[in-house]
Amino acid sequence: MARATPKQLVAEVLEGRVQGIARLISKAEAGDEDGQEALAEVFRHTGRAHIVGITGVPGSGKSTLVAALTRELRVSGKTVGIIAVDPTSPFSGGAILGDRIRMAEVAQDSGVFIRSMATHGALGGLARASLDAADVLDAAGFDIVLIETVGVGQDEVDIVRAAQTVVVISAPGLGDDIQAIKAGILEIADIHVVSKCDRSDANDTVRALRGMLKLEVALSDAPQWAPPVIRTSVPEDLGIDKLRLAIAKHRRHLESSGRMDARRRRIMETRILKTAEDMIRNRFENRRDGAVSGLLDRVLAHELNPYGAARELLTALKEEGTHEAA
Amino acid sequence: MEEGAGTIRVLLCKVGLDGHDRGVKVVARVLRDAGMDVIYGGIHRTPEEVVSAAVQEDVDVLGISLLSGAHVPLFSRVSELLEKQDVRDIILVAGGLMPDEDLPKLKALGVAAVLRQDTTPDEIVAIIRRLVADRDERPAPRG
Ligand SMILES: Nc1nc2c(ncn2[C@@H]2O[C@H](COP(=O)(O)OP(=O)(O)OP(=O)(O)O)[C@@H](O)[C@H]2O)c(=O)[nH]1
Ligand SMILES: [Mg+2]
Repeated sequence: MARATPKQLVAEVLEGRVQGIARLISKAEAGDEDGQEALAEVFRHTGRAHIVGITGVPGSGKSTLVAALTRELRVSGKTVGIIAVDPTSPFSGGAILGDRIRMAEVAQDSGVFIRSMATHGALGGLARASLDAADVLDAAGFDIVLIETVGVGQDEVDIVRAAQTVVVISAPGLGDDIQAIKAGILEIADIHVVSKCDRSDANDTVRALRGMLKLEVALSDAPQWAPPVIRTSVPEDLGIDKLRLAIAKHRRHLESSGRMDARRRRIMETRILKTAEDMIRNRFENRRDGAVSGLLDRVLAHELNPYGAARELLTALKEEGTHEAA
Repeated sequence: MEEGAGTIRVLLCKVGLDGHDRGVKVVARVLRDAGMDVIYGGIHRTPEEVVSAAVQEDVDVLGISLLSGAHVPLFSRVSELLEKQDVRDIILVAGGLMPDEDLPKLKALGVAAVLRQDTTPDEIVAIIRRLVADRDERPAPRG
């Protein structure tokens, strides 16, 4: 395929063509200027899909559940876009993305699109990239976009927080009773899942979780939505349909209670800040050998302090920005 | 390591009935350790599954391993499927045991490199990097 113009790429995405979708997600991931025009256009066609974040510690059964849920959603006539985020190795910057294996049974369905994404270490940009990718899937017409991510690390928590509905998985047999507490993501759950309920020790997990939630509810100010606890087992096909219904119910709740607007605002705020952060970081990176090293020298010589240097840097970036706008 | 735009994406899958995945997994780790993003697609995959995964994942390299035997029919099916979807820029790499006389046939089917049991990790990384660099130099690279 010859190099597609942004316009062609957008047209392909809006038609739901797999290659166009895949290409534009790559551009979102790369974060280069070249993709921004197409992504900006695609953004105008978003807002229809239900964006659902699925999170839980490694091995808690996220991918397996995403596959089972997708099967259920397909039976109910919905199309499903999936973004599966896996950690990047801090040593090499590379990653082995293994979520797709667990989703093999739904991967061949033309109403399903699966994309794996690496966290790419400390350079960040993950939240921006994965939410841009969700936009692409939304604009391409997928009814539901599921984002799987390990709920540890700020960037990953940011992603889930940017979902309209957040599903937090706790699993038995992973050491800590409720891993979500440790990861600090218990509070952001709209729906709790206790996975692997074919195991006998799952009862302990359910009990511990319910205990924690009682405390939560007592502490929260407006418990308009009490996050349900759903037991699932994929091998026994338990609770998957319940989960599908709870997700749909949560969306209806957001809409009927008027909370959807507040949530959309919160999500957009995260996205704008994350995108700005990314842009600043990119510009900063581009200046490594120029202005920054000049500032660095001055700070190291104690002629300037880090605050002053940061201020100068931001001023310089701002001037650059006005040049561009002009 | 390079981040974002520079990261090479590779899909590794195993086709066929035998369940040995040690070889592919070793290759996956080698490439990861060289800073690439490796999507591991698992074993017992069909050509259809492999190709649709490669397209959705927009990979630079599609590595398919097969213990022995049917490389030629397999890769002819894979290139047929890629062509049908008008995908021309995914680099095909074959892994496994295969007779020398199959190599020209595989090449004719668009297989850019063959990795065998005795290909060292350094060679594997070098081969993949070179193939991607070569492709990107061509006049009409990926869009
Ligand atoms: N018994 C039982 N095992 C399950 C169930 N769901 C998942 N598992 C197993 O749990 C393990 C991890 O499952 P995954 O779906 O890969 O978990 P994950 O949370 O996506 O893992 P990462 O992506 O590595 O963080 C696998 O061995 C699954 O077979 C379940 O409902 N019951
Ligand atoms: Mg997973």
